[in-house]
Amino acid sequence: MTAANHTDLQISNTGRLKHAFATALAIDVARISDDLAYNSIAEWDSTAHMLLIAELENCFNLMLDTDDIIDMSSVQMAKTILSKHGVVFEHITTDHAGSD
Amino acid sequence: MGSTAASDIDTPVSLITGASRGIGAAVALRLAASGHHLLLTARNELGLTVIAEQCRQAGAASATVLPCDLTDQAAVLQVFNQIKQQHQRLDHLINAAGMMQDSMLGMTRLADLQALFSLNVAASYQCCQLAARLMSRQKSGNIVNLASKVGESGAIGQSAYAASKAAVSGLTKALAKELGALGIRVNAVAPGFIETDLTAHYSALKKQQLCQQISLGRTGQADEVAALVQFLCSNDAKYISGQIIAIDGGFSL
Repeated sequence: MTAANHTDLQISNTGRLKHAFATALAIDVARISDDLAYNSIAEWDSTAHMLLIAELENCFNLMLDTDDIIDMSSVQMAKTILSKHGVVFEHITTDHAGSD
Repeated sequence: MGSTAASDIDTPVSLITGASRGIGAAVALRLAASGHHLLLTARNELGLTVIAEQCRQAGAASATVLPCDLTDQAAVLQVFNQIKQQHQRLDHLINAAGMMQDSMLGMTRLADLQALFSLNVAASYQCCQLAARLMSRQKSGNIVNLASKVGESGAIGQSAYAASKAAVSGLTKALAKELGALGIRVNAVAPGFIETDLTAHYSALKKQQLCQQISLGRTGQADEVAALVQFLCSNDAKYISGQIIAIDGGFSL
């Protein structure tokens, strides 16, 4: 894979992630940032969280385990968790891993 | 592994646990007659294979055999992964797998109690959990659990079984509330005395005594329970959720 292709793939996955969040939470994609957190907006409640999981699983063709679902408390955490399943994003940080 | 066919959007996809015998097998045959894509799971692969062939002959769009020990969490996850890959959706989950324990309180080993809860409750719970994830994306779905008359009113010598089935009833009501927002219905059927392998060890005298407590004066058949499940899987039941529906010939009166 070339560097350009690699970058394209990363951007594509970030775009797919944002689209999945926007679809599941029924919000504009412009509101999706790494800092967006579970229960920080009315649209990301427990019901929407299950829709989000289904959307992410479908989008990236994987099945998350229960611990992943519980830990997915922000967009940043979603990237961290999905990266464990082989999904590549740019600017991955793992500072939040294992946090409450 | 049984043969499969690609899903189409109008053909319901249904997973039935405990499908190799008894009520589970009867439900499989009923839903086959309704033309569903069937996913049949149980430990007994040979039994499943036989039922799958009967389902194909009865009109199932497809019948896939998924041998699995439902108390093995990783194996259950693999089953749902296969469903996701094969059909990308799930419309109906029928949690028919279960076991019975006939013993008085003082003669029930805690290990037996745990085994009972592991299959009757925890396995059903995990299946609901994974099914809900598949169903939530389509914002529709139907879960039918197998509760029991014993779980609703108790029975001498069946405290462990009654506790596990009461748990199934509680699970059903809670999930109906929780998953309703996602368009998923959750109900349970509560059979009385049904002629299956689970009750085959009952003596003729005991059956006779039980029948005296049943309004209709007879035991029930697996297909009669399956008919109720088939109804709950139909559009005619689309406004029914959170119900524990007795099917016991009046045993619970």
